[in-house]
Amino acid sequence: MTRDITDQRNASVLTEQPNLTAGLAMNAQTELKMKARDVKVFYGASEAIKGIDMDVAKNEVLAFIGPSGCGKSTFLRCLNRMNDTIDSCRVTGLIELDGQNMYDPRLDVVQLRAQVGMVFQKPNPFPKSIYDNIAYGPKLHGLASKKSDLDDIVESSLRKAGLWNEVKDRLAQPGTGLSGGQQQRLCIARTIAVSPEVILMDEPCSALDPIATSIIEELIDELKTNFTIVMVTHNMQQAARVSDRTAFFHLGELVEVGPTNEVFTNPQNKRTEDYITGRYG
Amino acid sequence: MSNLTLMMALLALMAIAYQLGLVRTRQVAGQHPTQRMHSRPHHYGVMVGLWAVLPAFFVFLLWSWGSPWAIQQLLTAQLPDAITQDPQELRVALRRIGNLAANFGVVSEAADWELQAAAFLRDTRQLSNGLMLALMAAVASAGMLYSYRTITPLHRARNQIEKVVKTALVLCSTVAILTTIGIVLSMVGESLRFFSFVSPMDFFFGTTWNPRFSTSGVGEGSLTGDQGSFGMLPLLAGTFMIACIAMLVAIPLGLLAAIYLAEYASPKLRATAKPIIEVLAGIPTIVYGFFALVTVGPFLSEMGETLGLDIRATSALTAGVVMGIMIIPFISSLSDDIITQVPKSLRDGSLGLGATKSETIRKVVLPAALPGIVGAILLAASRAIGETMIVVLAAGNSPSLTANPFEAVSTMTVTIVNQLTGDNDFSSPQSLVAFALGLTLFVITLLLNVVALVIVRKYREQYE
Amino acid sequence: MTTLTEKAPAQPAKSAVQQKVAASLARRHRQETLFRFTGLTAVMISLALVALLFINIFSKGLPAFWQASITLDIHFDPAILQISDKPVQQRGESDNAFRERDLAWRSEVGMINFNRIISDALMQVLPDADQHRRQVLRMVTSGERFALRDMVIDDPSIIGQTRRLNLLTDANVDVWLKGNIDRSLPDHQQQLSPIVRQWADELYASGVIQNRFSFALFMNPDSRSSLASAGLAGAFMGSLFMMLIVMLLAVPMGVAAAIYLEEFAPRNKITDLVEVNINNLAAVPSIVFGLLGASVFIGWFNLPMSAPVVGGLVLSLMTLPTVIIATRSTLKAIPPSIRQAALGLGASKMQTIFHHVLPLAIPGILTASILGVAQALGEAAPLLLIGMKSFVASVPATPFEQSTALPVQIFLWQGNELRNFFEARTSAAIIVLLTMMISLNGLAIWLRKKFERRW
Repeated sequence: MTRDITDQRNASVLTEQPNLTAGLAMNAQTELKMKARDVKVFYGASEAIKGIDMDVAKNEVLAFIGPSGCGKSTFLRCLNRMNDTIDSCRVTGLIELDGQNMYDPRLDVVQLRAQVGMVFQKPNPFPKSIYDNIAYGPKLHGLASKKSDLDDIVESSLRKAGLWNEVKDRLAQPGTGLSGGQQQRLCIARTIAVSPEVILMDEPCSALDPIATSIIEELIDELKTNFTIVMVTHNMQQAARVSDRTAFFHLGELVEVGPTNEVFTNPQNKRTEDYITGRYG
Repeated sequence: MSNLTLMMALLALMAIAYQLGLVRTRQVAGQHPTQRMHSRPHHYGVMVGLWAVLPAFFVFLLWSWGSPWAIQQLLTAQLPDAITQDPQELRVALRRIGNLAANFGVVSEAADWELQAAAFLRDTRQLSNGLMLALMAAVASAGMLYSYRTITPLHRARNQIEKVVKTALVLCSTVAILTTIGIVLSMVGESLRFFSFVSPMDFFFGTTWNPRFSTSGVGEGSLTGDQGSFGMLPLLAGTFMIACIAMLVAIPLGLLAAIYLAEYASPKLRATAKPIIEVLAGIPTIVYGFFALVTVGPFLSEMGETLGLDIRATSALTAGVVMGIMIIPFISSLSDDIITQVPKSLRDGSLGLGATKSETIRKVVLPAALPGIVGAILLAASRAIGETMIVVLAAGNSPSLTANPFEAVSTMTVTIVNQLTGDNDFSSPQSLVAFALGLTLFVITLLLNVVALVIVRKYREQYE
Repeated sequence: MTTLTEKAPAQPAKSAVQQKVAASLARRHRQETLFRFTGLTAVMISLALVALLFINIFSKGLPAFWQASITLDIHFDPAILQISDKPVQQRGESDNAFRERDLAWRSEVGMINFNRIISDALMQVLPDADQHRRQVLRMVTSGERFALRDMVIDDPSIIGQTRRLNLLTDANVDVWLKGNIDRSLPDHQQQLSPIVRQWADELYASGVIQNRFSFALFMNPDSRSSLASAGLAGAFMGSLFMMLIVMLLAVPMGVAAAIYLEEFAPRNKITDLVEVNINNLAAVPSIVFGLLGASVFIGWFNLPMSAPVVGGLVLSLMTLPTVIIATRSTLKAIPPSIRQAALGLGASKMQTIFHHVLPLAIPGILTASILGVAQALGEAAPLLLIGMKSFVASVPATPFEQSTALPVQIFLWQGNELRNFFEARTSAAIIVLLTMMISLNGLAIWLRKKFERRW
C-alpha cells in the first residue's frame, strides 16, 4: 500500500470552502481536533473518495449521512487508518490529528488507534468474557500495572457505557452471550477503556432494534463531554437527534457540512435537499 | 456358458426389449390418437427392458449364491457315512471330488465312490445350470410380456424407472455403511477367535510382546501354554511416542505456517506456498518411509554422534520426525481454513483498539479459532496413529517398552503388517492378533475422529 | 468566521494514557517482528522440506534411469545352438497337438546354455580372459541369457549370424562404475573380484560399456536372480488394474451415493448417521481396510491372494468416502435456483438432477475422482495385508493373476540386500510413481481451472 503525503497545503483551500467549519460553536475555546485536506481513497483503480476537506472540532458529535456507497464509511475508516487493513486500498491527501500528520510514516498506527477508537456496524465482541473484552485494550497498551487498576478501568468503562448495572454480576460470562444492544455497548465500553480522544462509530445502531438504538443514542450524548465523536449513520433522524454537525456525502464527495439543524432545515445544496426530502437514497 | 457371456446375453435382451417397448408404444399411441401418453416413448422402452432383465438378474444372483450350497448338501448325502462323520475328512473328500469333476488330476488313485460322486457332481451342476437358465428365461419373458402389456397412455413408465434408479442410488449409499459394518464384524469376529487363545487382560495390559512363530493351526507350544506373550502395551507406547514426536514437529510448523500464510503473506506468496506445502500431503507414505530410512535416519544418527547422543538410525525419533513432515499439510491447510473463517469484524475490533497484528492474532483470532484447530490436530493425530509405511520402514521394529525416543520401537500398525505377512497360519493366534490390534486401532482412531468432527462441525456452525 | 486555534503541530501534549501507550510501543513492535519472523520461518522450513524431499529422491533416482550396458558382438554359434527346426502347424493337426510340439521345442531351446555364447563374446573384448574364465560371466547380468533365448525362439534363422547387442551388465558392475560403492574398500569387502573391476573400468574407458537408458526398468517385471534387469512392468500393470477397478467401482458408486444423500435423502437421524459414518470412514487408517480385505475378500469370499482384483476392491472401499464427500460438496455448490428452474418447467426431480444438476457437477466430480484414484495409487499398507507383498516375476495379464503394485514394489526393492544398487533403483521407482501421481493431480487441477465456474 502506498500513501502519498502532501504536507504543504495552503490556506486557499479553506477559503474556497468557507462552510468547512460552519456550525462549530463560535468561541475561542473551540479546538480543532482533526483536519482533513484533499483526501482521496482508491480501491485498486477506482476512486472511492474524491478529495474531501473536513475539520472536526474537539468534543463535538459529527454525523456523516448519505446514500449507500457514497464513501462515508470509507472516509471514516481513514480517520484511524483502518483502511490499512485492506490490501487494495490507497489513501492520498492530508489527515491531521492534533496537528500531526496521521499518515506520516514515522507515526505509529498502534498509537494512533489508541487515540482514535472505533465502534463497528455489527457488534463484534471477542469470544471472551465480558471482563476480558474490556480489559483487552488496557492490557495491550500497558495502561494498568495492577489488577486493581484494571478492575477500576473495567468498571468505569462499563459505567460510562451504561452497561455496568446489567453485567456487574456476570463479568466472567462470555461477551457473545449478551443481547445485540448490550453487545454494542460492550464494544463502546471496550473502546472507551483505552481512553481514546476520538471515537469513530460506523453505523453503530444499524443492527439494533429501536429500544437498543435509543439507549445508544443517549449514550452518545453523554460521551461527547469526554470524547470527540464522528459517526456514520444511515438514519437521518438519528443524525438529527444526536449530532452537533452533519456532513452529507454523495458519490465520494463531501457535498455539504454544517450545523445539524441548518443542514436539515435549510440545506445549501440541491443534492442535500433532494436526499433529505427523500428524492433518492 | 460363462458368467460373462450370460451378462452379455442379458444386455442384448435388454436392447431387444427396449426396441419392443418403443414399437409397442408407437402402436398404442396410434390407437389412442386423442390421448397423450404419460411418458416419452423411450421411457416405456427402458421400462420393458428393465422388466425383462432385472428379475432375471436377481434369479441369477440368488441361484449363484444358493446353488453351490444346495449341491454340496446333495453331494454329501451321496457319500459313504464313514466319510461324512469326520468333518476334516469330508473337507478333503469334497475337494478331491471337486477336482475330479473339473477334470483336474488328484493325488493318488481316485476311489470308485469318488468317481461316482464326481460324476454326480458334474451332472447336478449341469442340471442346476440348465434349471437356472430356464428359470431366467421364463422370468425374463414373463417380465417382458407383463410390462409390454401394461403400456397404455395412462401407465407411468417414467415413475417406475425413477423408482428403480432411486433404489440403485440408495443401495450405493449403503455401501459405505456396509463397509463399516464389514470392518467391525470381521475384526470383532477374528478378535474373538484370538481371545479364545489369549485372555484380553494379557493382551491389553501385558507389557511383553513376544509372539512365537507358528506355522500350524495351533502351535505345538499352545499345548504347554507356551505360545509367546501378546502384551499390547509396548506397541501402544511405541505408537503414541511416534505420534507425539510427529505432532511436536507438525503442530508448530503447520500452525505457524498457516498463520503466516493466512494473515501476513502477500497473495502471491500464499498462492505459491500453499499448494507447494500441500504437495506433502499427496506424497505416498512409502516415499516418506524410504526418505526416513535412507536420508533422515542416518542424518539424525550422525547428528546424535556429534552431540554425544546414541541415536539409532531407525528409531522412534526418525519415524516421528518424518511422520511430522507428512502431517504438516494436514494441520496447515485445516488450520488455514479455520483461521480464515474467523470473521474479519473480530480482527477489525482488535486492530481498532490499537492492537498490533500479532496481538490480534494471538489474543483474538487464535482463541476464537482454537476449537477448530484442536479438531484439526485431533484429526492429524488419528492419522499419525494409523500411519503404517513410515513406521514399517523407519521405526526399527523392536517391540520393547521404552521411553527413549532414540531407541528402536514398534507400533501397532507395524505389528499388524508383520504378523499377517509372515508365514504364520491364518488361524493361529500369531495371525489373529493382527485383527485384535486392528480393532484397537480402529476404536482409538474412531474416537479421535468423532471428537474431532464434532468439534469442527460445532465450530463451523458458530461462524456460519 | 472565527479562526480556529490550532495547536502547535510539533509537540502535541500527550495525556498520561498516551504516554503509557508510547512506552509500550517498542516492546510490542519487537514482539510483532519476532512473531512474523517465526511464521515466515515455519513457511520456509516447510517449503525447504518439500524441496529437500524432492531433491533427495531425484538426485538418487535419476542416475538409475541410465544403466551400464556392454556392447558385444554376439555370435549365435550353430555349434552351441544345436536345435531342431521350429515347428510349424501342419494341415489337419489339432491346435492341442501343435501346442504340445511347440512347447517341447521351446523347452529344447531352453535347455541350451546361452551363457556360452555370451562368454564367448566377452572373451573377445576382455584381456587375459583365459586366465579368469569363471569370472567372465560376472560382467553380464544373468537374465540376459533369456533375452538371447527369446531372440532365437522368435527367429531361429538368427543362428549362425553375429549380432551387435547391448547387454545389461551385472548390477554390481553398474554399482562399481557409478561409484555407488566405496572404491577404496579392501578386496574382501568388494562385491566383485579385482579382475572384474579392472575389466569394468577398462571397458568403460574404451566405450564398450556405456550408460544407456534403462528400458529394462520399464519393460521387465521384477527379478530376483538377475537384479540388473528387475523392472516395474509387473507392478505397473498391477497398479493400472487396481486404478481401473477403483474408477469403475468407487467413482460411480460414490457419485450415486452422493446424489442420493445430497438430493433425495430425508433429513433424519439415519441420514445423519450415514453422514457421520462416511466422514469417519474417510479418516479410518488405510491398514484397517487391508484387514477388511484379508478377512472378508480373501477369508470369506475366497478371492485369490495377491490379485489386483482384491487390491482394487479394497482401494475402492477406501476411496469411496473421499469421492462421496467431494461430490457432495460439488453438488452443494450448485445454486438451488437451477433446480428450481427445472422443477418449475415440470421436470421430475430425477430429470432435474440428471439433466441439469449433474452435468454442471461433472467437472467437480471428475476432479474429485482423479484425486481419489491418485490417492489409491500411492497406497501400500492395505496391499501388504492381502498378499501383494509376495514376489511376482511376471506381468499380470488379468486382474485375477498374482501381481504387485508400484508402492509395494518400492517397499520390496528398498528391502533388497544389494542396497548399493537398489537404493537408486528404488528412488527411480519412486520418481515413476510420483510422476504418475503428479500428472494425475495436474490433470485434476487443469480440469478444475478449465471448468471452474463461480456462482
